[in-house]
Amino acid sequence: MNVYDLLPLIPGIPLAGFLVLALAGGRWRRGAVAAAGCGTVGLAALLTAVVAAAFLRAPPEGFAATRTLWTWVAAGDFAAEIGLHLDALSLLMIAVITGVGFLIHLYSAEFMAKEEGYSRYFAYLNLFVSAMLILVLADNLLLLLLGWEGVGLCSYLLIGFWYRDPANGAAARKAFVVTRVGDTALLAGLFVLYGKFGTLQIGQMLHAAPAVLGSGSAAAALVAALLLGGAIGKSAQLPLQTWLPDAMAGPSPVSALIHAATMVTAGVYLIARHHVFFELSPAILGVVGALGAATLLLAGFSALAQHDLKRVLAYSTISQIGYMFLALGAGAWTAAMFHFMTHAFFKALLFLAAGAVIHALAHEHDMFRMGGLRTRLPLAFWTFVAGSASLAALPLVTAGFYSKDLILFHAWTSPHGGPWLWAAGLAGAAVTALYTGRMVCLTFFGVAHTEVSHRPGVLMSGVMVVLAALSLLAGFVETPHTLGGVSVFSRFLGTALPAPAEPHAGAGAELALQVAASAAVLLGLGAAAYAYLRQPPWFRQLAASSAAAALHRLWSAGWGFDWLYDRLVVRPFVGLARINRGDVIDRLYAGLAWLCRTLHARLSETQNGLVRRYAMGIAAGAVIALAIVAFL
Amino acid sequence: MTTLPMEYGLTLAMVLFALGLVGVLVRRNLIFMLVSVEIMLNAAGLAFVTAGMRWGQPDGQIMFLFILTMAAAEVAVGLAIIVRLFRQENTIDADATSKMRG
Amino acid sequence: MNTVFFIAAGVAVISTLLVICHSNAVHALLYLIISFSAVAVIFYLMGAPFVAALEVIIYAGAIIVLFLFVVMMLNLGPVATAQEKAWLQPRMWIGPSILGAILLALTVSLLWRGAPTAAGGAEVGPRQVGAALFGVYLLAVQLAALLMLAGLVGASHLRRRELLPESETKTELLP
Repeated sequence: MNVYDLLPLIPGIPLAGFLVLALAGGRWRRGAVAAAGCGTVGLAALLTAVVAAAFLRAPPEGFAATRTLWTWVAAGDFAAEIGLHLDALSLLMIAVITGVGFLIHLYSAEFMAKEEGYSRYFAYLNLFVSAMLILVLADNLLLLLLGWEGVGLCSYLLIGFWYRDPANGAAARKAFVVTRVGDTALLAGLFVLYGKFGTLQIGQMLHAAPAVLGSGSAAAALVAALLLGGAIGKSAQLPLQTWLPDAMAGPSPVSALIHAATMVTAGVYLIARHHVFFELSPAILGVVGALGAATLLLAGFSALAQHDLKRVLAYSTISQIGYMFLALGAGAWTAAMFHFMTHAFFKALLFLAAGAVIHALAHEHDMFRMGGLRTRLPLAFWTFVAGSASLAALPLVTAGFYSKDLILFHAWTSPHGGPWLWAAGLAGAAVTALYTGRMVCLTFFGVAHTEVSHRPGVLMSGVMVVLAALSLLAGFVETPHTLGGVSVFSRFLGTALPAPAEPHAGAGAELALQVAASAAVLLGLGAAAYAYLRQPPWFRQLAASSAAAALHRLWSAGWGFDWLYDRLVVRPFVGLARINRGDVIDRLYAGLAWLCRTLHARLSETQNGLVRRYAMGIAAGAVIALAIVAFL
Repeated sequence: MTTLPMEYGLTLAMVLFALGLVGVLVRRNLIFMLVSVEIMLNAAGLAFVTAGMRWGQPDGQIMFLFILTMAAAEVAVGLAIIVRLFRQENTIDADATSKMRG
Repeated sequence: MNTVFFIAAGVAVISTLLVICHSNAVHALLYLIISFSAVAVIFYLMGAPFVAALEVIIYAGAIIVLFLFVVMMLNLGPVATAQEKAWLQPRMWIGPSILGAILLALTVSLLWRGAPTAAGGAEVGPRQVGAALFGVYLLAVQLAALLMLAGLVGASHLRRRELLPESETKTELLP
């Protein structure tokens, strides 16, 4: 038996877990539910490890394996299969999804232990993992769309998991509706692609794309733009980024899994998977990079002004995905996926550690009401610091440094990049360091404001330690030439994604770029530490000034995008709905129904059993008929 | 024998028919309604005979015969129903017999 | 001879009017006999002596007698007459009269559009009627016989004792 025959089981087992938990889980003990929820994903992770080992030891022919289960839809010339496609890119994705997913499931088993709807939670989470795996393994766009919508549904369900609070429901709806804008673009892209290629098979389309679309053609630009539309909706990039901060209404492990590690990076995966279309339309590729650069800066500044710990992390997620888009825009597919991987580790860790802190402080989200947790929650502190260092890209020792450095390097050297993209990335790095430092200082240093009610248990602690190790060490699979030149990761992904153009910069330039990036990071961290630990008088004055207050308000509100959309879209729509509250068109039909009912009532009154009335009616009818015959 | 304008006979038939109709509509007594129906049938017969004589043919008279037959059968059944109704409901008021809502 | 026609027509109309107005059933039926007799006269005038005889024998004879039997059997008496008077209020007449008037006006206006046409030039006696009846119309005669049979069966069925309510079965009013 071929090891790749196990492929369908990887999304299949979590799906089975979902079905079992959804149908029967409500009557099980919590231990059984947790075992089923974690076990299915753990099994999927184990199978992934088996498949990955086989893939690395003896790669399949063409570095890709495909398993077609059955034909899903067949209509005329159109056919879509339930087909799974495994290559280096999807292998990386499923490894991260099942690995990080399994860790987060374990963490959830303890984190959610006292919550209502325990089996519902694990059922949703299993469904999510299954849908996400289908998304990344799909060998045609229709199946990809199934997974894409599946993860959107799970995101909606889990953001609104604590549905008793109407605010959570509103956040879930917002996430669903905003991402729907992007999904619509993706769906339109599917139609256009089917119109051009007559198939939705990804491999065939990518192979035929240069011949069918042509380089720089309007068709290629249209396809790329529509796919980009789908990607920015899912990945919370400008201008559809407003849903992600509100999505923090869900439980922290959900934020870690869905809104940091996996689902929000689906857009990155989508673009990387269809990189051929983007290479054919350099203009759209430029848009990808520009959007990424703008997003990472805007979200970074917004993160600076947040009070809610999880919202800081949410904006930082937007910002880091902005980095991935920047890398995609520079044509550095490998760098984007590398950052995706390291980001999955350190951001999941940050969310889990933040969850542990929030859990320990009885659901206190406000950083200004935390403080001084360094000694009270040492494990959360050290793991959080590890994640933060990776997020801020602390030089040499963290995974985030290597992935971000790779992005900045390509932003400078790539023919699609340039100084502007690099400068935005560099500024973003400084801002990232600044808000990360602020977050750590406010949460763990200074005076304690809230008492710690309990400490994380073994399960949560273990998961955080594993992720902390990954956050620090995962970067060593790909190091720049100046620091050893390990290229395991890029050689691995090179089988699925084209390597970026050979850099035209020498070792000297590379070193200069690294020094600049490191300096920016250290500057940001130093400034944060100085401002928030020492709190010098001039900083207090600056913070109290009206300009700073105005800026704070603007950034705190995410640059007012919510306000803008509220004015531009929501209010006009609500106004229209209010005008149409009585359903104007429906009045016509209601009137028709009323007429029928009234006529019926009048006519049924004539059916009264009085013979003479009937005779009267017959006679009157005869008179009328006669009159018509006589005078017409 | 004499010649009469056909219109005279037909006009008389119509006057009688209208009177019978008014009778059906006005009276509540079922016997009187049946009588009025007889008047209308008779008027129809008159019209047939008049029209038949216009052409000097017997067909009009034959139609009258059939109407006569029908009227006799109708009266027999109608009166039986009235008797029956009177025994059962103790009334021959047409408006009181509206239970069936037919 | 038109004079005779007009007299007979006048008698017919007036007696019919009295039939539908009268509150006493027996009197009304007697007026109806007069009306039918007047129509019989008109038949005779038009040259149809056979149907004139039938009108007198069957209409004025058999059918009216049947009515009289029923009226007497029900034995309605003065109470019924008073009831009829109560029912026949003047405003009851308005609607039906208007309708009847419109019908009459319509038909008469249709009838008198062209020049009058003579009718009844020659007598069509029983011989011709009988020849046509049992020649061309033989099938219709048989159908009429079936109709009579149906009427007979229907009337006798309605008189069956088991259909009457329990209390009525003992009254020996009818055979």
